[in-house]
Amino acid sequence: MVKYIAKRVLMMIPVLLGVILLVFFIMNLASGNAVLLILGENATEEAVAVKTRELGLDRPILVRYAAYVADLVRGDMGTSYFSSRSVAEEVLSRFPATLKLAVVSAIISTLLAIPLGIFAAVRQNTLFDNFSMILSLVGNSMPAFWLALMLMMLFAEKLGWLPAQGMNNGWRSYVLPAVSIGFINMAAIARTTRSTMLETVRQDYIRTARAKGVDEEAVVMDHAFPNALIPTITVIGVQFGNLLGGAILVETVFAWPGLGRLMVQSVNNRDVPLVLGCIVILSISYSVVNLLVDLVYGFVDPRVRSMYK
Amino acid sequence: MKEQDTALEFQKNSQVKETFRRLARNRGAMIGIVILSILLLLALSADLLFDYETMVEANNVSQRLLPPCWEHPFGTDQFGRDMLARVVHGSRLSLTVAACSVTLSLLAGGLLGAVSGYFGGVVDNVIMRFMDVVMAIPMTMFAIVIVAALGTSTVNLIIALGIASVPLFARVVRSAVLTVRDVEYIEAARAIGAKHSTIILRHILPNCMAPIIVQVTLRMASAIYNTAALSFLGMGVSVPSPEWGALLSNGRNFISQSGYLCVIPGLAIMLTVLSLNMLGDGLRDALDPRLK
Repeated sequence: MVKYIAKRVLMMIPVLLGVILLVFFIMNLASGNAVLLILGENATEEAVAVKTRELGLDRPILVRYAAYVADLVRGDMGTSYFSSRSVAEEVLSRFPATLKLAVVSAIISTLLAIPLGIFAAVRQNTLFDNFSMILSLVGNSMPAFWLALMLMMLFAEKLGWLPAQGMNNGWRSYVLPAVSIGFINMAAIARTTRSTMLETVRQDYIRTARAKGVDEEAVVMDHAFPNALIPTITVIGVQFGNLLGGAILVETVFAWPGLGRLMVQSVNNRDVPLVLGCIVILSISYSVVNLLVDLVYGFVDPRVRSMYK
Repeated sequence: MKEQDTALEFQKNSQVKETFRRLARNRGAMIGIVILSILLLLALSADLLFDYETMVEANNVSQRLLPPCWEHPFGTDQFGRDMLARVVHGSRLSLTVAACSVTLSLLAGGLLGAVSGYFGGVVDNVIMRFMDVVMAIPMTMFAIVIVAALGTSTVNLIIALGIASVPLFARVVRSAVLTVRDVEYIEAARAIGAKHSTIILRHILPNCMAPIIVQVTLRMASAIYNTAALSFLGMGVSVPSPEWGALLSNGRNFISQSGYLCVIPGLAIMLTVLSLNMLGDGLRDALDPRLK
């Protein structure tokens, strides 16, 4: 098990190096503007040259890349062009907000989606099934940031029950952002749970269980559900990974002080080190989530566990 | 020879017909097609219905922020412009941007995937590892970075969305190519000395169209969403244009008094994405040979 985890962590390194290189090259296209943005459009040529040198932008891109990676290994992600604060500090101070929101909405969506998916599968082709599938199709097609705006309009502006912005009101600030993200993810999770449950209940061992007189609840919950879990866990994992990076829009709507908003701001400022910092942190957490999902497979499925050795 | 041709022709027709027959039985797919056709028709006839200069662009101070009424079914915005006209014209932008970006990623991803699957070995490894790197960055975020580097414009938005979904097409096409690569007729084509490009374009790709068609439909849906998302953040189609995401972003400023400015563009996005998703799901079921 330890060996497996170590191998997976090692495999993350080349991907991460590639991600940094790619973003480095892309942001390099914009680096000329960055100096002008910092100094203003009317900066003299000398001032621009001095600033370019100061930021190290006069060096070849591969040299800068190597220097960045060498610093990164020591936990140094450079300094923001604008606030002159350390990027690592800035990024890590915003990360918890994003992570908390992601965890809360993942819990909401999982708790709603799994029962919904199971019931829909058990009562296939009933009114409940049709209703829940239409609900999940709509959820799948609804932009989360639009749902966020609608919820904000109703519960914050019209009814005034919940705060519209920020995260300073305890649990109440989490409700709207978490529900708007959670509802969209619930759709995908419920759909997968339903379709794998439908496949599982057609298996022979389910028929055997029924034939020997196991009551229906035990058939569904003890025999079918654990075997339908793997695809469901995959979707939850994918959704959670997307949450970390994809909450940008919902964070923007609710002025949530997370990484997504920091990223948008730093992109607008062409603050290359800060953009890179956000992407590095998000890509690492994305890979870690994928790793955790694979480990959870082993936890729920002994067949998978035996392969880790 | 003649007879064989007709036999082939017959088989080809019947496969397409069979797919259509199955698609026609799928209620969701049919609803999707109907909604999409209406949207396309509206987008195509937008200029006939609403004059761009007088109805979409021109300000009309006396009609500012009117809630939906008989004259303006979707209300008017803060410049007195009719929202119905703007949303209908917006559909052109959203559909064009989505179609162009999907075409771009289909061409680039399809080529990379086909080459990767066909040649295998080192080529495959290099291309697919590169795709892994791109996929390790969340898609919306990657598109934002590209737009940031290239600058905000509609063309750059298309490029950004196109590049960001290249890996998805590359993967689908690669795995489809892998399933037909070693079939006898490919071997036969190779034996008579056909060029690699001929084999890929004439013999392999036509035989793995099914997953590609499904992917195109579903990617269109996500491109519509992402176009709106980036425009909402101010990184896509710029403000005076009636793009749906830009309309939403504008409506946000009036959320407490004129909520309809937020409701309507969002419904338009949702309806388009929904119909594409329903069509895509239906196509997947209709084209899936396992169900035969």
